[in-house]
Amino acid sequence: MTNSEQDLRRTSLYETHKAAGAKMVPFAGYEMPVQYTGVIDEHNAVREAAGLFDVSHMGEFEARGKEAGAFIHKMVTNNVLRLEVGGVLYAAMCRAEGGIVDDLTVYRLDEERYMAVVNAANIEKDWEWMASHRTGDCAFENVSEGTGLLALQGPKAETILSKLIAGGGDMAAIPYYGARNKDVAGCEVLVSRTGYTGEDGFELYCKSADAPALWDSLMSEGEGEGLKPCGLGARDTLRTEMKFALYGNDIDESTHPLEAGLGWVVKYKAGDFIGREKLLSLKAEGVKRKLVGFEMVDRGIPRHGAPILIDGEVAGEVTSGTMSPSLGKAIGIGYVPASNADEGAALEIDIRGKARRAQIVKTPFYKKTQAE
Amino acid sequence: MELPSGLKYSREHEWVRVEGNIAVIGITDFAQSELGDVVYVELPEVGTEVEANNTFGVVESVKAVSDLFAPVSGVVVEANTTLEDEPELVNSEPYEDGWMIRVEMKDESELNDLLEADSYRAYTEEESG
Repeated sequence: MTNSEQDLRRTSLYETHKAAGAKMVPFAGYEMPVQYTGVIDEHNAVREAAGLFDVSHMGEFEARGKEAGAFIHKMVTNNVLRLEVGGVLYAAMCRAEGGIVDDLTVYRLDEERYMAVVNAANIEKDWEWMASHRTGDCAFENVSEGTGLLALQGPKAETILSKLIAGGGDMAAIPYYGARNKDVAGCEVLVSRTGYTGEDGFELYCKSADAPALWDSLMSEGEGEGLKPCGLGARDTLRTEMKFALYGNDIDESTHPLEAGLGWVVKYKAGDFIGREKLLSLKAEGVKRKLVGFEMVDRGIPRHGAPILIDGEVAGEVTSGTMSPSLGKAIGIGYVPASNADEGAALEIDIRGKARRAQIVKTPFYKKTQAE
Repeated sequence: MELPSGLKYSREHEWVRVEGNIAVIGITDFAQSELGDVVYVELPEVGTEVEANNTFGVVESVKAVSDLFAPVSGVVVEANTTLEDEPELVNSEPYEDGWMIRVEMKDESELNDLLEADSYRAYTEEESG
Protein backbone atom coordinates (compact mmCIF):
# COMPACT_ATOMS: atom_id res chain seq x y z
CA MET A 1 0.00 0.00 0.00
CA THR A 2 1.24 3.50 -0.66
CA ASN A 3 0.13 6.92 0.37
CA SER A 4 -0.22 8.77 -2.93
CA GLU A 5 0.57 12.17 -1.42
CA GLN A 6 4.09 11.43 -0.26
CA ASP A 7 4.49 8.01 -1.83
CA LEU A 8 5.14 6.48 1.57
CA ARG A 9 4.55 2.80 2.12
CA ARG A 10 2.41 1.46 4.94
CA THR A 11 2.58 -1.78 6.88
CA SER A 12 -0.50 -3.95 7.33
CA LEU A 13 -0.82 -2.41 10.82
CA TYR A 14 -1.37 1.17 9.62
CA GLU A 15 -5.06 1.27 10.59
CA THR A 16 -4.27 -0.40 13.93
CA HIS A 17 -1.75 2.33 14.71
CA LYS A 18 -4.12 5.12 13.75
CA ALA A 19 -6.87 3.63 15.92
CA ALA A 20 -4.43 3.41 18.85
CA GLY A 21 -3.69 7.14 18.53
CA ALA A 22 -0.19 6.80 17.11
CA LYS A 23 1.67 9.79 15.75
CA MET A 24 2.89 8.69 12.32
CA VAL A 25 6.12 9.89 10.71
CA PRO A 26 8.03 9.05 7.53
CA PHE A 27 10.83 6.56 8.20
CA ALA A 28 12.87 4.65 5.61
CA GLY A 29 10.15 5.21 3.03
CA TYR A 30 7.39 3.99 5.33
CA GLU A 31 4.79 5.82 7.34
CA MET A 32 5.54 4.45 10.82
CA PRO A 33 4.39 5.17 14.40
CA VAL A 34 6.95 7.31 16.27
CA GLN A 35 4.94 7.29 19.50
CA TYR A 36 1.55 6.47 21.03
CA THR A 37 1.42 7.71 24.63
CA GLY A 38 4.87 9.30 24.67
CA VAL A 39 8.46 8.17 24.13
CA ILE A 40 9.45 8.13 27.81
CA ASP A 41 6.30 6.29 28.90
CA GLU A 42 6.80 3.65 26.20
CA HIS A 43 10.52 3.35 26.97
CA ASN A 44 9.76 2.72 30.64
CA ALA A 45 7.08 0.15 29.77
CA VAL A 46 9.71 -1.92 27.92
CA ARG A 47 12.23 -1.67 30.78
CA GLU A 48 9.66 -2.46 33.48
CA ALA A 49 6.93 -4.58 31.83
CA ALA A 50 6.65 -4.99 28.07
CA GLY A 51 6.23 -3.12 24.80
CA LEU A 52 4.95 -4.10 21.37
CA PHE A 53 6.55 -2.65 18.24
CA ASP A 54 5.56 -2.91 14.59
CA VAL A 55 8.79 -3.44 12.67
CA SER A 56 7.19 -4.90 9.56
CA HIS A 57 9.12 -2.37 7.48
CA MET A 58 12.29 -4.47 7.98
CA GLY A 59 13.29 -6.54 4.94
CA GLU A 60 13.41 -10.33 4.71
CA PHE A 61 15.24 -12.30 2.04
CA GLU A 62 15.06 -16.06 1.78
CA ALA A 63 17.74 -18.32 0.27
CA ARG A 64 16.82 -21.92 -0.51
CA GLY A 65 18.83 -24.79 -1.94
CA LYS A 66 21.90 -26.95 -1.40
CA GLU A 67 24.26 -23.98 -1.52
CA ALA A 68 22.06 -21.45 0.29
CA GLY A 69 24.22 -21.58 3.43
CA ALA A 70 27.45 -21.15 1.48
CA PHE A 71 25.95 -18.18 -0.40
CA ILE A 72 24.84 -16.32 2.74
CA HIS A 73 28.12 -17.17 4.44
CA LYS A 74 30.06 -15.54 1.62
CA MET A 75 27.98 -12.34 1.99
CA VAL A 76 28.37 -11.68 5.74
CA THR A 77 31.15 -11.44 8.34
CA ASN A 78 29.84 -13.97 10.88
CA ASN A 79 30.04 -17.75 10.60
CA VAL A 80 26.80 -18.84 8.93
CA LEU A 81 28.21 -22.35 8.44
CA ARG A 82 28.00 -23.04 12.18
CA LEU A 83 24.27 -22.19 12.37
CA GLU A 84 21.99 -25.08 13.27
CA VAL A 85 18.37 -25.21 12.18
CA GLY A 86 16.53 -22.77 14.46
CA GLY A 87 19.67 -20.74 15.06
CA VAL A 88 20.08 -16.98 14.55
CA LEU A 89 23.17 -14.83 14.27
CA TYR A 90 23.97 -11.14 13.96
CA ALA A 91 26.44 -10.04 11.30
CA ALA A 92 27.70 -7.20 9.16
CA MET A 93 27.64 -7.30 5.37
CA CYS A 94 30.63 -5.53 3.82
CA ARG A 95 31.96 -4.35 0.50
CA ALA A 96 35.31 -5.80 -0.56
CA GLU A 97 36.84 -2.52 0.73
CA GLY A 98 35.44 -3.18 4.21
CA GLY A 99 32.65 -0.57 4.27
CA ILE A 100 29.41 -1.77 5.86
CA VAL A 101 26.58 -2.37 3.37
CA ASP A 102 24.21 -3.25 6.21
CA ASP A 103 23.97 -5.00 9.54
CA LEU A 104 21.57 -7.91 9.64
CA THR A 105 20.45 -11.09 11.32
CA VAL A 106 20.62 -14.48 9.62
CA TYR A 107 18.25 -17.35 10.41
CA ARG A 108 18.65 -20.98 9.48
CA LEU A 109 15.00 -21.90 8.96
CA ASP A 110 15.62 -25.43 7.69
CA GLU A 111 18.48 -27.61 6.46
CA GLU A 112 18.61 -25.79 3.14
CA ARG A 113 16.67 -22.64 3.92
CA TYR A 114 18.04 -19.35 5.33
CA MET A 115 16.55 -15.92 5.96
CA ALA A 116 18.44 -12.61 6.07
CA VAL A 117 16.68 -9.76 7.90
CA VAL A 118 17.87 -6.32 6.79
CA ASN A 119 17.19 -2.67 7.54
CA ALA A 120 14.18 -1.14 5.80
CA ALA A 121 16.17 1.73 4.31
CA ASN A 122 18.58 -0.75 2.71
CA ILE A 123 16.20 -3.32 1.23
CA GLU A 124 16.80 -2.37 -2.40
CA LYS A 125 20.52 -1.80 -2.04
CA ASP A 126 21.03 -5.07 -0.13
CA TRP A 127 18.90 -7.00 -2.59
CA GLU A 128 20.94 -5.78 -5.55
CA TRP A 129 24.22 -6.46 -3.78
CA MET A 130 23.27 -9.95 -2.61
CA ALA A 131 21.44 -11.03 -5.77
CA SER A 132 24.45 -10.01 -7.88
CA HIS A 133 26.61 -12.45 -5.89
CA ARG A 134 24.23 -15.39 -5.90
CA THR A 135 25.89 -18.52 -7.24
CA GLY A 136 25.30 -22.26 -7.33
CA ASP A 137 22.23 -24.22 -6.37
CA CYS A 138 20.34 -21.50 -4.53
CA ALA A 139 17.04 -19.69 -5.07
CA PHE A 140 16.96 -16.21 -3.58
CA GLU A 141 13.72 -14.37 -2.91
CA ASN A 142 12.73 -11.02 -1.40
CA VAL A 143 9.78 -11.89 0.86
CA SER A 144 9.62 -8.50 2.63
CA GLU A 145 6.25 -7.55 1.19
CA GLY A 146 4.38 -10.59 2.51
CA THR A 147 6.12 -10.68 5.90
CA GLY A 148 4.87 -8.97 9.04
CA LEU A 149 7.19 -8.47 12.02
CA LEU A 150 6.25 -7.56 15.59
CA ALA A 151 8.73 -7.11 18.42
CA LEU A 152 7.46 -8.00 21.89
CA GLN A 153 10.10 -6.77 24.30
CA GLY A 154 10.50 -6.51 28.06
CA PRO A 155 10.62 -8.60 31.25
CA LYS A 156 6.96 -9.59 30.84
CA ALA A 157 7.28 -10.59 27.17
CA GLU A 158 7.71 -14.31 27.89
CA THR A 159 4.71 -14.47 30.24
CA ILE A 160 2.47 -12.72 27.71
CA LEU A 161 3.58 -14.76 24.73
CA SER A 162 3.42 -18.14 26.45
CA LYS A 163 -0.31 -17.67 27.14
CA LEU A 164 -0.99 -17.33 23.41
CA ILE A 165 1.08 -20.26 22.18
CA ALA A 166 -0.99 -23.31 21.29
CA GLY A 167 -0.45 -26.03 23.90
CA GLY A 168 1.18 -23.48 26.23
CA GLY A 169 4.67 -23.31 24.80
CA ASP A 170 7.78 -24.39 26.66
CA MET A 171 9.42 -21.00 26.36
CA ALA A 172 12.70 -22.17 27.88
CA ALA A 173 13.09 -24.32 24.76
CA ILE A 174 13.61 -21.13 22.73
CA PRO A 175 17.13 -19.98 23.63
CA TYR A 176 18.53 -16.47 23.20
CA TYR A 177 19.20 -16.08 19.46
CA GLY A 178 17.05 -19.10 18.70
CA ALA A 179 13.82 -19.27 16.68
CA ARG A 180 10.97 -21.80 16.52
CA ASN A 181 7.77 -22.12 14.50
CA LYS A 182 4.72 -21.78 16.75
CA ASP A 183 0.99 -21.31 16.55
CA VAL A 184 0.44 -17.97 18.30
CA ALA A 185 -3.22 -16.96 18.74
CA GLY A 186 -4.10 -18.99 15.65
CA CYS A 187 -1.38 -17.46 13.45
CA GLU A 188 1.66 -19.24 12.05
CA VAL A 189 4.58 -17.41 13.65
CA LEU A 190 8.35 -17.76 13.66
CA VAL A 191 9.12 -16.91 17.30
CA SER A 192 12.66 -15.57 17.63
CA ARG A 193 14.22 -14.69 20.99
CA THR A 194 15.98 -11.59 19.70
CA GLY A 195 15.52 -7.84 19.91
CA TYR A 196 16.95 -4.34 19.83
CA THR A 197 16.17 -3.12 23.34
CA GLY A 198 18.50 -4.92 25.76
CA GLU A 199 15.53 -6.64 27.38
CA ASP A 200 14.44 -10.24 27.07
CA GLY A 201 11.88 -10.51 24.33
CA PHE A 202 10.82 -11.86 20.99
CA GLU A 203 10.57 -10.92 17.36
CA LEU A 204 7.53 -12.50 15.76
CA TYR A 205 7.58 -13.12 12.01
CA CYS A 206 4.16 -13.78 10.48
CA LYS A 207 2.22 -13.31 7.25
CA SER A 208 1.68 -9.56 6.87
CA ALA A 209 -2.07 -10.21 6.55
CA ASP A 210 -2.02 -11.87 10.01
CA ALA A 211 -0.13 -9.04 11.73
CA PRO A 212 -3.20 -6.99 12.81
CA ALA A 213 -4.88 -10.02 14.44
CA LEU A 214 -1.63 -11.04 16.13
CA TRP A 215 -1.11 -7.48 17.38
CA ASP A 216 -4.65 -7.36 18.84
CA SER A 217 -4.27 -10.74 20.56
CA LEU A 218 -0.96 -9.70 22.13
CA MET A 219 -2.32 -6.32 23.25
CA SER A 220 -5.40 -7.77 24.92
CA GLU A 221 -3.42 -10.59 26.56
CA GLY A 222 -0.69 -8.20 27.70
CA GLU A 223 -2.68 -5.23 28.90
CA GLY A 224 -2.97 -6.64 32.42
CA GLU A 225 0.81 -7.12 32.50
CA GLY A 226 1.46 -3.50 31.55
CA LEU A 227 2.09 -4.08 27.83
CA LYS A 228 2.06 -0.88 25.79
CA PRO A 229 2.26 -0.21 22.05
CA CYS A 230 5.63 1.41 21.34
CA GLY A 231 6.91 3.52 18.48
CA LEU A 232 10.20 4.20 16.79
CA GLY A 233 11.03 6.93 19.33
CA ALA A 234 11.28 4.45 22.21
CA ARG A 235 12.98 1.91 19.96
CA ASP A 236 15.74 4.47 19.41
CA THR A 237 16.22 5.47 23.08
CA LEU A 238 16.24 1.80 24.13
CA ARG A 239 18.85 0.78 21.56
CA THR A 240 20.98 3.86 22.26
CA GLU A 241 21.14 2.97 25.98
CA MET A 242 22.55 -0.41 24.87
CA LYS A 243 24.91 1.18 22.31
CA PHE A 244 23.38 -1.02 19.61
CA ALA A 245 24.43 0.43 16.27
CA LEU A 246 21.82 2.02 14.02
CA TYR A 247 22.59 1.80 10.32
CA GLY A 248 22.73 5.24 8.75
CA ASN A 249 23.63 6.83 12.10
CA ASP A 250 26.51 4.90 13.69
CA ILE A 251 27.52 2.70 10.79
CA ASP A 252 27.42 3.07 7.01
CA GLU A 253 29.54 2.39 3.95
CA SER A 254 32.26 4.77 5.18
CA THR A 255 32.75 2.78 8.40
CA HIS A 256 34.04 -0.76 8.87
CA PRO A 257 33.04 -3.32 11.51
CA LEU A 258 36.32 -3.18 13.45
CA GLU A 259 36.14 0.54 14.27
CA ALA A 260 32.38 0.23 14.89
CA GLY A 261 32.91 -2.25 17.72
CA LEU A 262 31.54 -5.13 15.64
CA GLY A 263 34.79 -7.11 15.56
CA TRP A 264 33.02 -9.82 17.57
CA VAL A 265 30.86 -10.73 14.56
CA VAL A 266 33.82 -10.96 12.16
CA LYS A 267 34.97 -14.58 11.89
CA TYR A 268 38.13 -14.78 9.76
CA LYS A 269 38.78 -18.50 10.29
CA ALA A 270 35.38 -19.73 9.12
CA GLY A 271 36.15 -19.37 5.42
CA ASP A 272 36.06 -16.58 2.89
CA PHE A 273 33.54 -13.75 2.87
CA ILE A 274 33.38 -10.45 0.99
CA GLY A 275 35.65 -7.96 2.75
CA ARG A 276 37.67 -10.55 4.65
CA GLU A 277 41.03 -9.64 3.13
CA LYS A 278 40.57 -5.93 3.75
CA LEU A 279 39.39 -6.46 7.32
CA LEU A 280 42.41 -8.71 8.02
CA SER A 281 44.76 -5.97 6.87
CA LEU A 282 42.87 -3.29 8.83
CA LYS A 283 43.14 -5.51 11.89
CA ALA A 284 46.88 -5.95 11.35
CA GLU A 285 47.38 -2.18 10.91
CA GLY A 286 45.42 -1.46 14.05
CA VAL A 287 42.13 0.42 14.20
CA LYS A 288 42.57 4.21 13.87
CA ARG A 289 39.28 5.31 15.40
CA LYS A 290 36.70 3.71 17.62
CA LEU A 291 33.00 4.05 18.24
CA VAL A 292 32.66 4.92 21.94
CA GLY A 293 29.88 5.82 24.33
CA PHE A 294 30.02 9.00 26.39
CA GLU A 295 27.99 10.83 29.01
CA MET A 296 27.58 14.58 29.13
CA VAL A 297 29.19 16.34 32.10
CA ASP A 298 27.86 19.78 31.14
CA ARG A 299 24.26 20.44 30.17
CA GLY A 300 23.10 19.72 26.62
CA ILE A 301 22.09 16.77 24.49
CA PRO A 302 24.56 15.50 21.91
CA ARG A 303 22.95 14.87 18.52
CA HIS A 304 23.96 13.08 15.32
CA GLY A 305 26.54 15.16 13.46
CA ALA A 306 27.78 17.28 16.37
CA PRO A 307 31.61 17.63 16.33
CA ILE A 308 33.62 15.88 19.08
CA LEU A 309 36.54 17.98 20.30
CA ILE A 310 39.74 16.85 22.01
CA ASP A 311 42.03 19.63 23.30
CA GLY A 312 39.89 22.11 21.40
CA GLU A 313 40.38 20.40 18.03
CA VAL A 314 37.72 18.51 16.07
CA ALA A 315 38.60 14.84 16.55
CA GLY A 316 35.41 13.05 15.58
CA GLU A 317 31.67 13.22 15.31
CA VAL A 318 28.63 12.23 17.33
CA THR A 319 26.68 9.49 15.53
CA SER A 320 23.79 9.07 18.00
CA GLY A 321 22.68 10.86 21.14
CA THR A 322 19.69 11.30 23.35
CA MET A 323 18.46 12.03 26.82
CA SER A 324 18.49 8.55 28.38
CA PRO A 325 15.13 7.93 30.04
CA SER A 326 16.49 5.07 32.18
CA LEU A 327 19.56 6.96 33.41
CA GLY A 328 18.23 10.51 33.43
CA LYS A 329 21.42 11.65 31.71
CA ALA A 330 22.33 12.86 28.24
CA ILE A 331 24.33 10.14 26.46
CA GLY A 332 25.97 9.82 23.09
CA ILE A 333 27.86 7.56 20.72
CA GLY A 334 30.56 8.69 18.34
CA TYR A 335 33.89 8.02 16.68
CA VAL A 336 37.09 9.20 18.39
CA PRO A 337 40.78 8.50 17.65
CA ALA A 338 41.80 5.09 19.05
CA SER A 339 44.52 6.84 21.08
CA ASN A 340 41.81 8.70 23.01
CA ALA A 341 39.13 6.05 23.31
CA ASP A 342 39.67 4.82 26.88
CA GLU A 343 37.00 4.81 29.52
CA GLY A 344 37.21 8.00 31.55
CA ALA A 345 38.83 10.04 28.76
CA ALA A 346 37.60 13.64 28.57
CA LEU A 347 35.89 14.93 25.44
CA GLU A 348 34.05 18.06 24.49
CA ILE A 349 31.00 18.10 22.29
CA ASP A 350 30.28 21.14 20.15
CA ILE A 351 26.58 21.74 20.69
CA ARG A 352 25.31 24.81 18.82
CA GLY A 353 28.78 26.32 18.78
CA LYS A 354 29.54 25.84 22.48
CA ALA A 355 32.07 23.26 23.68
CA ARG A 356 30.51 21.18 26.44
CA ARG A 357 32.31 18.62 28.55
CA ALA A 358 31.67 14.90 28.23
CA GLN A 359 33.40 11.74 29.36
CA ILE A 360 33.84 8.32 27.75
CA VAL A 361 32.04 5.66 29.77
CA LYS A 362 31.64 1.91 29.76
CA THR A 363 28.87 0.58 27.53
CA PRO A 364 26.16 -0.56 27.42
CA PHE A 365 25.11 2.61 29.22
CA TYR A 366 22.22 0.74 30.77
CA LYS A 367 22.70 -2.43 32.76
CA LYS A 368 19.78 -4.45 34.05
CA THR A 369 21.26 -4.76 37.58
CA GLN A 370 21.35 -1.00 38.11
CA ALA A 371 17.61 -0.72 37.50
CA GLU A 372 15.39 0.59 40.29
CA MET B 1 -5.98 22.02 23.12
CA GLU B 2 -5.87 24.56 25.93
CA LEU B 3 -5.69 28.19 24.75
CA PRO B 4 -6.29 30.69 27.54
CA SER B 5 -7.89 33.89 26.35
CA GLY B 6 -6.10 37.05 27.38
CA LEU B 7 -2.78 35.75 26.09
CA LYS B 8 -1.21 36.70 22.78
CA TYR B 9 0.08 34.01 20.44
CA SER B 10 2.81 33.96 17.80
CA ARG B 11 2.88 31.99 14.56
CA GLU B 12 5.97 30.24 15.92
CA HIS B 13 3.78 28.84 18.74
CA GLU B 14 4.94 31.00 21.62
CA TRP B 15 2.53 32.75 23.98
CA VAL B 16 2.89 36.14 25.68
CA ARG B 17 1.28 37.27 28.89
CA VAL B 18 1.52 41.04 29.26
CA GLU B 19 2.19 42.34 32.79
CA GLY B 20 2.72 46.10 32.45
CA ASN B 21 5.79 46.53 30.27
CA ILE B 22 6.87 42.94 30.93
CA ALA B 23 6.12 40.09 28.49
CA VAL B 24 6.08 36.62 30.04
CA ILE B 25 6.88 34.10 27.29
CA GLY B 26 6.40 30.37 26.90
CA ILE B 27 5.36 27.81 24.28
CA THR B 28 1.78 26.85 23.59
CA ASP B 29 -0.08 23.66 24.44
CA PHE B 30 -0.12 22.90 20.71
CA ALA B 31 3.69 23.24 20.52
CA GLN B 32 4.39 21.05 23.55
CA SER B 33 2.03 18.40 22.26
CA GLU B 34 3.71 18.40 18.84
CA LEU B 35 7.15 18.16 20.45
CA GLY B 36 6.37 15.30 22.81
CA ASP B 37 8.34 14.73 26.04
CA VAL B 38 10.47 17.84 26.62
CA VAL B 39 13.82 16.81 28.10
CA TYR B 40 15.96 19.91 27.74
CA VAL B 41 15.46 23.66 27.64
CA GLU B 42 18.19 26.21 26.99
CA LEU B 43 17.33 29.81 27.86
CA PRO B 44 19.22 33.12 27.60
CA GLU B 45 20.85 34.71 30.63
CA VAL B 46 19.34 37.71 32.37
CA GLY B 47 20.39 40.88 30.56
CA THR B 48 20.40 39.28 27.10
CA GLU B 49 18.73 41.35 24.42
CA VAL B 50 16.20 39.46 22.35
CA GLU B 51 14.69 40.61 19.10
CA ALA B 52 11.23 39.84 17.76
CA ASN B 53 11.17 36.83 15.39
CA ASN B 54 14.76 35.87 16.28
CA THR B 55 15.73 32.79 18.28
CA PHE B 56 16.22 33.18 22.01
CA GLY B 57 16.74 29.57 23.04
CA VAL B 58 16.22 25.93 22.33
CA VAL B 59 13.75 23.30 23.45
CA GLU B 60 14.48 19.62 22.92
CA SER B 61 12.23 16.61 23.10
CA VAL B 62 13.64 13.09 23.10
CA LYS B 63 13.73 13.12 19.31
CA ALA B 64 13.77 16.72 18.14
CA VAL B 65 15.57 20.02 18.64
CA SER B 66 13.49 23.17 18.10
CA ASP B 67 14.40 26.84 18.23
CA LEU B 68 12.46 29.23 20.42
CA PHE B 69 11.51 32.51 18.74
CA ALA B 70 10.99 35.76 20.62
CA PRO B 71 7.51 37.17 19.96
CA VAL B 72 8.63 40.65 21.05
CA SER B 73 11.91 42.58 21.41
CA GLY B 74 13.46 43.57 24.72
CA VAL B 75 15.79 42.60 27.54
CA VAL B 76 15.51 39.34 29.47
CA VAL B 77 14.83 40.19 33.11
CA GLU B 78 14.26 36.63 34.32
CA ALA B 79 14.62 33.09 32.94
CA ASN B 80 12.78 30.11 34.40
CA THR B 81 15.75 28.17 35.77
CA THR B 82 13.41 25.55 37.26
CA LEU B 83 13.17 24.15 33.73
CA GLU B 84 16.85 23.07 33.92
CA ASP B 85 15.85 20.33 36.33
CA GLU B 86 12.19 19.96 35.44
CA PRO B 87 11.85 20.46 31.68
CA GLU B 88 8.71 18.30 31.78
CA LEU B 89 6.86 21.34 33.20
CA VAL B 90 6.75 22.60 29.62
CA ASN B 91 4.51 19.61 28.82
CA SER B 92 2.42 19.53 31.97
CA GLU B 93 1.92 23.27 32.58
CA PRO B 94 2.84 25.15 29.41
CA TYR B 95 1.08 28.37 30.53
CA GLU B 96 1.96 28.25 34.23
CA ASP B 97 5.14 26.78 35.71
CA GLY B 98 6.38 25.93 32.21
CA TRP B 99 6.93 29.62 31.33
CA MET B 100 10.36 30.41 29.90
CA ILE B 101 11.46 34.04 30.06
CA ARG B 102 10.29 37.48 31.21
CA VAL B 103 11.23 40.28 28.83
CA GLU B 104 11.12 44.03 29.43
CA MET B 105 9.55 45.16 26.17
CA LYS B 106 11.26 47.73 23.96
CA ASP B 107 8.31 48.35 21.66
CA GLU B 108 4.87 47.39 22.89
CA SER B 109 3.38 47.97 19.44
CA GLU B 110 4.95 44.64 18.42
CA LEU B 111 2.15 43.01 20.41
CA ASN B 112 -0.21 44.04 17.61
CA ASP B 113 1.48 41.55 15.28
CA LEU B 114 0.48 38.65 17.55
CA LEU B 115 -2.70 36.60 17.39
CA GLU B 116 -5.63 36.33 19.78
CA ALA B 117 -6.61 32.87 21.04
CA ASP B 118 -9.31 32.36 18.39
CA SER B 119 -7.20 33.28 15.39
CA TYR B 120 -4.28 31.26 16.77
CA ARG B 121 -6.55 28.23 17.04
CA ALA B 122 -7.60 28.68 13.42
CA TYR B 123 -3.93 29.02 12.49
CA THR B 124 -2.95 25.72 14.17
CA GLU B 125 -5.87 23.92 12.54
CA GLU B 126 -4.60 25.09 9.17
CA GLU B 127 -1.05 24.01 10.02
CA SER B 128 -1.99 20.50 11.12
CA GLY B 129 -4.69 20.08 8.50
